[in-house]
Amino acid sequence: MERIVFDSVSKTFSLGGGRKLLRGHLQDLIGRGGGPSFYALRNVSFTLRDGESLAVIGSNGAGKSTLLNLATQVCDPNAGQVKVNGRVSAVLELGSGFHYDLTGAENLRLNASLSGLDRRKTAMLFDEIVEFSGVGEFIDQPLRTYSAGMTMRLAFSVAIHTDPDILIVDEVMGVGDQAFHAKCFDRILGFRKAGKTILCASHAADMLRLMCERAIWLDHGQVILHGKLEEVLAAYQGRTVGQV
Amino acid sequence: MWSGDFGFVLENLVFKDFKVRYRNMSLGVFWSLLNPLITMSVLFLVFGIMLPNGVKGYPVFVLCGLIPFNFFSIAWATGTNSLVDNAGLIKRVPIPREVVPIASVLANCLHLLIQIGMLLTFVMLFGYGVNRHWMWLPVVWGLEIVFVLGLVLACSALDVYLRDMRYLVESTNVLLFWLVPIVYGYEKIPAKYSEIYSWNPIAAMVMALRRILMDGAAPGATLIGKLALGSVASLAMGWMVFRALHRRFYDHL
Repeated sequence: MERIVFDSVSKTFSLGGGRKLLRGHLQDLIGRGGGPSFYALRNVSFTLRDGESLAVIGSNGAGKSTLLNLATQVCDPNAGQVKVNGRVSAVLELGSGFHYDLTGAENLRLNASLSGLDRRKTAMLFDEIVEFSGVGEFIDQPLRTYSAGMTMRLAFSVAIHTDPDILIVDEVMGVGDQAFHAKCFDRILGFRKAGKTILCASHAADMLRLMCERAIWLDHGQVILHGKLEEVLAAYQGRTVGQV
Repeated sequence: MWSGDFGFVLENLVFKDFKVRYRNMSLGVFWSLLNPLITMSVLFLVFGIMLPNGVKGYPVFVLCGLIPFNFFSIAWATGTNSLVDNAGLIKRVPIPREVVPIASVLANCLHLLIQIGMLLTFVMLFGYGVNRHWMWLPVVWGLEIVFVLGLVLACSALDVYLRDMRYLVESTNVLLFWLVPIVYGYEKIPAKYSEIYSWNPIAAMVMALRRILMDGAAPGATLIGKLALGSVASLAMGWMVFRALHRRFYDHL
């Protein structure tokens, strides 16, 4: 089954901080507006089926996060089509949707509901999520007492327990410790064996080797290369080194 | 598409807003009560004692104005900021966007509930007693909530594009405090303006409350009609504005 289909997708953002001044709005009204815009993604196409895993690599600002956001469907493309079939679970940014004055448990429930779990499933999975995150008795403490690693572990633990068809991971794993990484990779390998679809972005080649078999190399919003992970990684690293 | 449990998300967001507001305060939720009590005392000092305006049961009279007005102004202001304040959610989670402003209004409804409890206590303390017209209370409060909801849907969506919205709302609220019969009674409005005056749903709300709680009478059919019309129009307008704007929130947050 085709899980994620990008068909000639482009996404532009207007420059100038969104033109929030009255002058900008007036210019819009009389049609002189629009202003300069830049392509975060230009004409990107790919298809991900069940059991396939795709890594998105590229330098900062290449459009990796925009691609992941489009796949998560938090925004719409300006041209082309994004089709997503199935339940998506995304870890896009450390603790998005977390509030630092709420306790770990309250944040867990909030985040579970945002990721699409209902009340019954959340109650059922609560202990398992806490166990996996390893935050222990801190679960009843406000989140502001957590270290970055603990916050990430809790967020990741929720995401991984929502039983998605598609897992989308932006580079958030960086802050976890070795032991937690090992646990996550076990889980992610389990996902792959179960025939789920994975889309992830990272700079950590070792991590990508464990998670993905294919890769897409983005540069200034355009696909430079799309193919087997090792080939794309080799080309990307060659180019990066070559430029320096 | 996002396929979660809308009600569960709403519940979690409402409790988040409610808990976060007072979590680090030592007086906690008592601020909900203290705030209108302090304002009421000051207004009583000025208009009950220093410049007496001869209204009977002035503390209750003022509370009947303050509580619906406070709810309206705070829910409107916080609701207007809700999308921008929750930009992290909007940009990272594909939840239906309307859940954010709706949750913001409902969180304020919890405070309102506490304040209504206080208002009714004052009504009893001043010897007005319970009457059968109290059955109108859920109707008028419900209409006010619907009115705010519509306004918040529209203003929160506009605030994403025009961040000036919040200052517009704040300034309007200052003006509105004097345009709603809080410190004075409706009968003080010159006859030629009284018709248009009662089209303001918040003014109509205050007038209806005083009739029910202090006069022990049903709010007139025309008053309820105006209030209902205003609320439904507000909700319809808010919904349309929100629907028209929500697709581009991501680009502007």
